[in-house]
Amino acid sequence: MAKIHVTATVNGDEVEFLCELEETLLDVLRDELHLTGSKEGCASGDCGACSVMLDGRLVCACLVLGVEMEGRSVETIEAMAAGDELHPLQQKFLEHAALQCGICTPGILVAAKALLEKKPDPTETEVRFWLAGNLCRCTGYDKIIRAVLDAAAEMRVS
Amino acid sequence: MEQMRYEAPDTVDAAVALLVGAGGETRILAGGTDLLVQLRAEWIEPDLILDVKKIPELTEISKENGGFRIGAAVTGAELGEHLGVKKAWPGVVEAVELIGSVQIQSRATMGGNLCNASPAADSVPALIAAGATAAIAGPNGRREIPVEDVGTGPGRTCLAKGEIVTSIFLPSRPAHSGDAYLRFIPRTEMDIAVVGAGVSLTLDGGGKCSAARVALGAVAERALLVDAAARALIGTPVDDAALDNLAKAASAAARPIDDKRGTKEYRIKVSGVLARRAAQAALERARQS
Repeated sequence: MAKIHVTATVNGDEVEFLCELEETLLDVLRDELHLTGSKEGCASGDCGACSVMLDGRLVCACLVLGVEMEGRSVETIEAMAAGDELHPLQQKFLEHAALQCGICTPGILVAAKALLEKKPDPTETEVRFWLAGNLCRCTGYDKIIRAVLDAAAEMRVS
Repeated sequence: MEQMRYEAPDTVDAAVALLVGAGGETRILAGGTDLLVQLRAEWIEPDLILDVKKIPELTEISKENGGFRIGAAVTGAELGEHLGVKKAWPGVVEAVELIGSVQIQSRATMGGNLCNASPAADSVPALIAAGATAAIAGPNGRREIPVEDVGTGPGRTCLAKGEIVTSIFLPSRPAHSGDAYLRFIPRTEMDIAVVGAGVSLTLDGGGKCSAARVALGAVAERALLVDAAARALIGTPVDDAALDNLAKAASAAARPIDDKRGTKEYRIKVSGVLARRAAQAALERARQS
């Protein structure tokens, strides 16, 4: 069967791609559009390494079919920094050393940004619950939580 | 092998026609949080994937006869943001919100949770306790059945070929009513229920329980409506004696399996404990409503 033609918006740009029915949004992002910031960890929606924003909602790209993207809009980690200027969350992750291997980092940054847009002044507990769908096997989470809280504080000032 | 086909119709009639016309296996795609995992693992190889998210009727929440009709493809996040449903049926909303992470909530639906027919589905005991009904459309027209009659066993439902669940109806509630859902898992988040308990009850002017429904999840091949546990509450002030009787009835109704998440004996005991705590939470809400 011919591949299916899909038109969608990715990081503000209209893009067209061809995909097989079995391909997920994550497959499309990485293999068709070469946006490899979103990572595949579990491919079953448990780890959150592929977290992206789909029409303003935080989703796992591994649990969305590419063909479902027709007419829809996705924002990935690639849209987070403004050119060379890091987003405050990215900067704070560096300052707090909130990553080791880095596989979970793009997903956690996208998820944390979604939280701070909804709730600019979250408690530590709220951050921990919000990020419960993002697994990190390196850091033990504390540095991540501190970085998110610190970024939130800075973003409230600026 | 014939290739898999994807369709995203925008009416219920078109969806039913596609399902009736399809040869082989068909699967409904709502949130996809179960379906995509099953596809990737090659547990299923459907000939047709029918995406129902373009059907307006399935994606809306509307008021009806003092209650709420919730489209089968409404997401957990959308439901949790609906203040009207949250106020009327907090137990149902808290059950739905327990399903997975924020990421999963953005996609997962009550219709999917019901039709995936996991015995441990979190929303189902809460819906059963609420007296919710499921609206079903199919080649022979439409019907509406109690939620407890939808699931028949792990991964199995009573839906015939060509039928889909279009919405779930939560009835209007009398004054002084409350509902609650609790589940036990060995951690604080992101796990499958070892036991789940949903309770909905109504108090009369004197503070006595005039109506109750109790349901258990993860302790049988499907979620159970436990009439004996409800009867233990009705006519009482929901005091310790009534709660003891409710707990005994809940444990007596549980017929769980042993698995890696809990032993049979443990699940039977926890059924009573959780039903009791859910009843206390529902009672508190009923007194405040």
